[in-house]
Amino acid sequence: MDDVAIVGIGMHEFGRHDGMSGQDQGVVAVRRALADAGLRWEDMEFAFGGSAAAGAADTMVSKLGLTGLQFINVSNGCATGGSALFSAVNTIKSGTFDLGIAIGYDKHERGAFRVNTRASGLGDWYGKSGLALTTQFFGMKINRYMEEFGISHSTLAKVSVKAMKNGSINPMAWRRKPLSENEVLESRMLSYPLTQYMFCSPGEGGVALVLARADRAKDYCDTPIHLKSAVVRSRRFGSFEVMAPSLALDRAAGPTVDASAAAFEAAGMTPADMDIAQLQDTESGAEIMHMAECGFCEDGEQEELIQSGATDIGGSFPINTDGGCLANGEPVGASGLRQVYENVLQLRGDAGERQVPNDPHTAFTHVYGAPGISGVTILSR
Amino acid sequence: MATQVPVEEGVFSWPSDDPRLLGSRCADCGTVVFPRQHGCPRCTGSDMRDTELGTHGTLWTWTVQAFPPKAPPFIGDADPATFEPYGVGYVELPGEVKVEARLTESDPEKLSVGQEMELRIVPLTTDDEGNEVVTFAFAPVS
Repeated sequence: MDDVAIVGIGMHEFGRHDGMSGQDQGVVAVRRALADAGLRWEDMEFAFGGSAAAGAADTMVSKLGLTGLQFINVSNGCATGGSALFSAVNTIKSGTFDLGIAIGYDKHERGAFRVNTRASGLGDWYGKSGLALTTQFFGMKINRYMEEFGISHSTLAKVSVKAMKNGSINPMAWRRKPLSENEVLESRMLSYPLTQYMFCSPGEGGVALVLARADRAKDYCDTPIHLKSAVVRSRRFGSFEVMAPSLALDRAAGPTVDASAAAFEAAGMTPADMDIAQLQDTESGAEIMHMAECGFCEDGEQEELIQSGATDIGGSFPINTDGGCLANGEPVGASGLRQVYENVLQLRGDAGERQVPNDPHTAFTHVYGAPGISGVTILSR
Repeated sequence: MATQVPVEEGVFSWPSDDPRLLGSRCADCGTVVFPRQHGCPRCTGSDMRDTELGTHGTLWTWTVQAFPPKAPPFIGDADPATFEPYGVGYVELPGEVKVEARLTESDPEKLSVGQEMELRIVPLTTDDEGNEVVTFAFAPVS
């Protein structure tokens, strides 16, 4: 899949923006992406856009310009951004259009996600009884994983320390203050073994990516970034996922394993070919487990890798160089596109103070979310 | 004594001297699911038969809900001043399924993977008519 390139990127700062709608943050991201590509809204032949909690994306045409373009709303939980990107890529690959945009934005209320059990296909008893919390799943998954594979509480904390350090040098990030390992470990316990500073928070922000046929990409930018693959997968029977009142006795690999394997196959690459990665870090345990699920190490090897700094910006395999969800928060519709935005910056060599020193040519993104869905992209310069 | 009502009909048998979780078993492949549903998540068949689940199992994994969940949907005590943390875990029922449930124990020192657990029906809140609303939970076997 060498025929689609990212030629413009735009982002609205992640965080809390009182008085500004989620959609307006999406509009800012679109204008910035168009400016980056040297294009105007009227040049866009199609758009895919979505938010989980901030309204229908297609209504933003009244602010951007009524040009009559094909605008399709995408709503796919935590994979909303990834699904918009997947759809945009295939729209170009099919030959239907040559130039378009993928948009994701969101704005969530404060605190843990309030789950609508009916809309999630669950009985009301589940939420009424106090089981409809994504935080519980993350606590339970890493708790068992730590026991099975020897991951320490210190390693859990170090993931957050790295995220906040990277966030502190990212002008787009929400959390800009470095934290010490002790501060992370001693913050309030929310869902054992995860403390407050090991969790990301639902937040606000927007990201837009302009995509073009690769053979015309040089018309719009000096360093087009090629999309080698974009894959979304749902859960299979036996996998251990969020919002599951029951699980099968025999355990199967989760959608992250499936999406990652499919993305590498489509790109004709292997995990060893990747130079950097942005992995879903809803909480610090998720980053640890996703390292193995995506194929970058064996279960348990994370302990040594993280303790030795291998996943730091200056390490042998930098992960979540922009601070991840932990430092940026999670505006669900925008989160997956934020990861791609960061990888484009890194591959262009434009990441400023947080530019990785290993001259990256390839980059990997991975989102995970309810009800057991994963989206993966592989980019190359 | 207040009348006890289940948090929702069809999730567990109540009132009962021997309350059970109500699941489904696939007539084609034998897969057990909880709560009841019409389709089999394993073989995609649709011949699901009602089944009552066992009441004893082992703790597969666990956490502790240490902050009040948002209300709604939660109907228990969500007042930060009086909220009582509760355990949450998956209990593996031998030969059947792993069930997600509240745990009666919330002290991390007293919970461990592999521990023996048994089904309980526990109070959740009192409704507007003065009924005690109950849900299911698992308790460590002492």
